[in-house]
Amino acid sequence: MQKRKLRVMVAKPGLDGHDRGARIIARAFRDAGFEVVYTGLHQTPEEIVQAAIQEDVDMIGLSSLAGAHMYLFPRVAELLNKSGAEDIVVCGGGIFPDEDISRLKEAGIKEVFSPGSSLETIVKWVKENVKPRGG
Amino acid sequence: MGERERETEGRLKLVSRVVEKVISGDVRTVARLIRDIDDGIPEVRQALKELYSHTGRAFVIGITGAPGVGKSTLVDQMLSRLRSRNKTVGVLAVDPTSPFSGGAILGDRIRMQRHSMDEGVFIRSSATRGHFGGLTQSTRSAIDVLDAMGKDYIIVETVGVGQDEIDIVKSAHTTVIVVIPGMGDDIQAIKAGILEIGDIFVINKADREGADKTLTDLRLMIEMDQKRYEEGKWKPPILMAEAVFDKGIPEILEEIENHGKYLMKSTGSLNFRKEKTKVREELKEMVKSRLIQAVFYQLTESGEFERAVESIIEGKVDPYTASDNLVLPAVGISNS
Amino acid sequence: MSLTYNQKILDEIREEYESWQEKVTQAFESKSERLDRFSTVSDREIKRLYTPLDIKEHNFIRDLGFPVQYPFTRGIQPSMYRGRLWTMRMFAGLGSAKDTNRRFHLLVKEGQTGLSTAFDMPTLMGYDTDSPKARGECGKCGVAIDTLKDMEDLFDGLPIDKITTSMTINPPASVIWGMYIAMAEKRGIKGRFIGGTIQNDMLKEFIAQKTFMCPPKPSLRLITDTVEFGTREIPRWNTISISGYHIREAGSTAVQELAFTLADGIAYTQAAIDRGLDVDDFAPRFSFFFNSHLDFLEEIAKFRAARRMWAKIMKERFLAKDSRSWWLRFHTQTAGCSLTAQQPYNNIVRTALQALAAIFGGTQSLHTNSLDEVLSIPTEEAATIALRTQQIIAEESGAANTIDPLGGSYFIESLTNQLEEEAFEIIQKIDEMGGMLNAIERNYPQQEIADAAYHYQRQIEENRKTVVGVNRYVTEETVPVEVLQVDEELERMQIEKTSRIKNGRDNKKVKECLERLGEVCVGNQNTMEPIIDAVKAYATLQEVCDVFRSTFGEYRDPGIY
Repeated sequence: MQKRKLRVMVAKPGLDGHDRGARIIARAFRDAGFEVVYTGLHQTPEEIVQAAIQEDVDMIGLSSLAGAHMYLFPRVAELLNKSGAEDIVVCGGGIFPDEDISRLKEAGIKEVFSPGSSLETIVKWVKENVKPRGG
Repeated sequence: MGERERETEGRLKLVSRVVEKVISGDVRTVARLIRDIDDGIPEVRQALKELYSHTGRAFVIGITGAPGVGKSTLVDQMLSRLRSRNKTVGVLAVDPTSPFSGGAILGDRIRMQRHSMDEGVFIRSSATRGHFGGLTQSTRSAIDVLDAMGKDYIIVETVGVGQDEIDIVKSAHTTVIVVIPGMGDDIQAIKAGILEIGDIFVINKADREGADKTLTDLRLMIEMDQKRYEEGKWKPPILMAEAVFDKGIPEILEEIENHGKYLMKSTGSLNFRKEKTKVREELKEMVKSRLIQAVFYQLTESGEFERAVESIIEGKVDPYTASDNLVLPAVGISNS
Repeated sequence: MSLTYNQKILDEIREEYESWQEKVTQAFESKSERLDRFSTVSDREIKRLYTPLDIKEHNFIRDLGFPVQYPFTRGIQPSMYRGRLWTMRMFAGLGSAKDTNRRFHLLVKEGQTGLSTAFDMPTLMGYDTDSPKARGECGKCGVAIDTLKDMEDLFDGLPIDKITTSMTINPPASVIWGMYIAMAEKRGIKGRFIGGTIQNDMLKEFIAQKTFMCPPKPSLRLITDTVEFGTREIPRWNTISISGYHIREAGSTAVQELAFTLADGIAYTQAAIDRGLDVDDFAPRFSFFFNSHLDFLEEIAKFRAARRMWAKIMKERFLAKDSRSWWLRFHTQTAGCSLTAQQPYNNIVRTALQALAAIFGGTQSLHTNSLDEVLSIPTEEAATIALRTQQIIAEESGAANTIDPLGGSYFIESLTNQLEEEAFEIIQKIDEMGGMLNAIERNYPQQEIADAAYHYQRQIEENRKTVVGVNRYVTEETVPVEVLQVDEELERMQIEKTSRIKNGRDNKKVKECLERLGEVCVGNQNTMEPIIDAVKAYATLQEVCDVFRSTFGEYRDPGIY
């Protein structure tokens, strides 16, 4: 009997093309033993949620560095709720002014990682806060 | 009714609900079931038993080739064409698990993402995980689930490096091997097993230098395989394509269709459930994995396995005897 | 031509050096150095000491020479900053055209000498504000431009016949440029009198910045159209800003930044030559854009190597005859990726050092980042401090008193040589793949950059590289920094504005212009004039770009990690 593997999605919503961080995080998650579904750039919230459901991921990590997070991130959370997939944890990484962080958390984003967050911190957080479904 | 029986009945009801939902095409249920299969959850077996009678309809295409040859791009273009003919498709994209960390980056989906909002397409990324004989079995089961879900076509995309991956495509009706020009000597290095199972060969990125040489090399290799040249046997075509520019795709689909017709003619049906060689293969695989699962689990749980290891080290017994002692009683065969 | 150091001198120095090494090694046996290995941010190992032995083959005339003489290592202008300071060109753009126009006026008042425009994501990707893909993105990272009217508002009251304008725009560059040209024409300023730059460098988009629209080959065609048009009609305009900035920001090393940028330049040059243009007609108008990163000395060496390399490439490979074709003219931006959100005021110092490196490297124009860019678009105060940084360097530090002050330093010359040699090796590799377009199709530069970025991140994680305030000298308290907020209403208002324009224009004419453009795209005439006609009729950015998309197809991210 195997232990369930953690399945996470790393997604870049919107038009933002800064993917250096997202790609590094994907590698870090892989090195931590997770299975990472990487969606690539320019995904709409709808596409991200559909993919997340098809892939039965435990968490979606959204990356944004071009300022459109206040629309995109809550929209992903909203669509997950609408599809009955609110158990999928959503967290974000990128550039966020402080005021936005509390608003994002209210909208259902469980944690937000700002510039300078170490890979170790992020991976640790995921291991402690995201459990594989049914695990 | 005792507690145990009530529990079982409850679970069976749950399973029936799951089965119902799969047959009705519910995406979330299918996604979860495939995950449970991958994770080796024992409960799935019941669901798979009930789903079996609903399988055998889908046409399964295996696409295999080295990383970077353009398999996902090819699948993406095939999806567009199949969808324009109103066919529904399920895609299983298998990527290697890192032997160091046990994790994996599943990036095939990126090239097919434009289809993610299409209800007629279901894309699922899996990792090889390297578990004991499990990859082939779990992929087969996933194929069954997509089949029962009602998909007309199922495309299984794998990196053809391990024996497991080669075995997966044995569950396919048609296997497409993808290579790119400039592989040169690497063509020789392509695992012999892969060349044997290829029904269609595609030279992708055919605009690159060396395409003609690759064509000649491949042709030579195929012709050296005598079995192919028997009268009436399928002769694998070699096609040129530039998947990223949407070139050569209709020809590939046409050959897949031709191969389907050939199978129909030579075996009488495309339903693998009724085809003796396929059923034999599948049962053999299932018996193997079931055996290993059951016996091994028992032996490790009870500590017998570890004790046997100790005994061998202490010189008390040799591994041949030890394994006899472990396995034969477990399967009810006397040891004399 | 004789070498600077003759064998006798070198032997003497070597003897002394080796005995010094011995003594020093003994001393270090008891007390070791701070680190096991000293390296640049690109992980290039640096020795304890550099001497003439590190530049044995040095020949002053051949390797250094004089400014404005081949190979231009020391500079491309006869008196460099003594004649005219570098252009202080601060990248700016936010919200609506009117908002950005205000910021432009402020910066000019505070002393900047050139304009530089940042556009928002929808504009960068060729979408209008009302596109569903643009939801939530209007004005957030730059100015929103949908039609010619926005362009007119953007430059309202600014003397575009006296000041040059740079526009950081890539896939829709020809359309945005078309709008600028049309806007100038409406103000009675003919093409001959406007000057500026459009970034217009799609190759680095596929490699690093990732604003895409059409696939590589048609993108190159559109770019060559602008080069051809500019050479004929807008002679003071730099039609491509061949960029390394973004390649570096995506995580490459200094050598990769150098090599990939120049390889892109080679590809654009070849494309224009293949079009039938004479290299000396367009090459003088190619400009470059580099990053100025954390390692002060490596960056200076990089800029000098770039000048020498491009001169060689233009003269020897492309046989350009006009010396102006051999000049590498470049704009620099200090490294955005080096700024931290923790202890943001430290960023002022980082930017100052990076700016100084660019000056010592001989840049023609410079943008300095603001301390708050890690958090949001800069506030006026932060942008002013960044501008003052340049002014203090120019007026107070003495850095601009002499040309190439670090020339002749054993370390700098040795480093310049190394970077040049390694970068040429990479360019050779790319040549063997059949050029940059092929290399991109094979994902070669993309993978190299991803690997370098990951390597650097690992070094930071393992504390082998320090980031002050982040993995060392960390303080718990956070210093509140005022951050700019973009008006939430903006998106709605911009959509309304564009909608009014669409209703008020001659829609029949727009349709005709777009059809004409479609025909030209399928054929092989130059697209610039039909584009200008369309934007004059107030066709929107997306309407024009959709013609490109439907003719040439769309490019999708292949997702290299």
